[in-house]
Amino acid sequence: MTRAQQRAAPAVLGMLVLGMWDAVVRIFGIPPYLLPGPVAIFGAFAADPFGLILALFSTLAVTFAALCVAAAIGALMALAMELSPLARAAIQPWAVVLQVTPIVAIAPLIIVLVGEPFPSLVACATIVAFFPVFANTVAGLASPSPELADLFRLYGAGRWRTLRLLLVPSALPYFLAGLRISGGLALVGAVVAEFVAGSGGFASGLAYRILEAGYRLEIPRMFAALVLLAVAGIAINAGLGAFGALVLRRHGDV
Amino acid sequence: MVEALHDVSLDIDRADFVALLGPSGCGKSSLLRLIAGLDRPDEGRLEWEAGRPPAPGEIGFVFQDPTLLPWASAEDNVFLPLRLRGIARGRAMPEVRAALGRVGLGGFEQARPRELSGGMRMRVSIARALVTRPALLLMDEPFAALDEFTRHRLQEDLLALWQSLDCTVVFVTHSIYEAAFLARRIVLMTPRPGRIAQEIASPLPPGPATRLDPAYAMLVAQLSRALQPLHAPP
Repeated sequence: MTRAQQRAAPAVLGMLVLGMWDAVVRIFGIPPYLLPGPVAIFGAFAADPFGLILALFSTLAVTFAALCVAAAIGALMALAMELSPLARAAIQPWAVVLQVTPIVAIAPLIIVLVGEPFPSLVACATIVAFFPVFANTVAGLASPSPELADLFRLYGAGRWRTLRLLLVPSALPYFLAGLRISGGLALVGAVVAEFVAGSGGFASGLAYRILEAGYRLEIPRMFAALVLLAVAGIAINAGLGAFGALVLRRHGDV
Repeated sequence: MVEALHDVSLDIDRADFVALLGPSGCGKSSLLRLIAGLDRPDEGRLEWEAGRPPAPGEIGFVFQDPTLLPWASAEDNVFLPLRLRGIARGRAMPEVRAALGRVGLGGFEQARPRELSGGMRMRVSIARALVTRPALLLMDEPFAALDEFTRHRLQEDLLALWQSLDCTVVFVTHSIYEAAFLARRIVLMTPRPGRIAQEIASPLPPGPATRLDPAYAMLVAQLSRALQPLHAPP
């Protein structure tokens, strides 16, 4: 397999599936309110591109803010757990509680409690995005071999130097891998929160467009919004992957 | 709780090269860690010629694995002990380069660990242990994971370093050949709990020619004989 083939493979598969999809819709005469064909979906997007793209940016703003907050809180809590056994004992169970909390169940509560739409959406998405970056950083901080820890002890390295020169650099690749997972989850969290907020009348974000299109039976437009969401997810994943590779290359750990 | 060492009494003279030799589980690594101050004895004590335990940097330690920082260059890895003592990079560099030169890695200053062979990584590890000019060098089976050719080269280079550096070496190994080739004094240990069974002084002149010396084969035979009754039943 050449590099060009590897690059082209997903696009070719995508075109193939789209072609078959279109053929199936046409041959069996499936009505667009049940399953629109790709041409109809593109038509719905082309009819109002800016409305959908603006909605996408609104969702991405929530996603990005939530990812930053989740990364900061996750990394800080992981550091606190590494530095203090008391903090470890105190934080660990609550981190799991956050992980298993179904965001759909508590999103209405958060939206009502916080009041302001943007911070409440960010809060919901943060809860969803928090765990991978947190758990990965915890694992990364624990990853140096006991011999390396012995070495630092042997040379009388204090806590601060051990943290700066051993623990943080060791945790960096783990943190970045966690960040990549959290990026996708932040998008999922943002959309779920927007669904809840959208049914409460808060009109912004792609999820609201999806809801709205559903109510109006504009199924092609709904699909167009879903496609945008998928593209955004791929872009976030690829972007965070490239960001991580760049940081690690500059750091010298490839 | 497992008793790792029992009733161990050992004198180590300045500039000596002592091998702790024994099967796995005989407490030789535990003894080394006690000397390094990485563990504390439940009973008994260590006494130092200076009347106080050594300060950080006065002991160099080489582990079985090179234990290098994977993201740091050879230079930065060797710089680490000096950095941990708060010495500025500019001031430390001549010493770092000299240490890398001594282990034969001049020109590899910028190489990352993954770009180096196993033997070269171990050389970086040795340079790191030597960069503080320690009075005592502790080595915990450092060559056990290397292939035989690399091991022989490193053993010969270590002997040359020891002769040029006026440094005391305590070398843990489970290889009779390695102990016989390297050490001036070989301490035989027995397992469960670890005890010192016997001490044997090497009659050999240190150097690469030793391997071909019939006296080397005699010493190996003597060590093998001494170790035979010490083997614990499986």
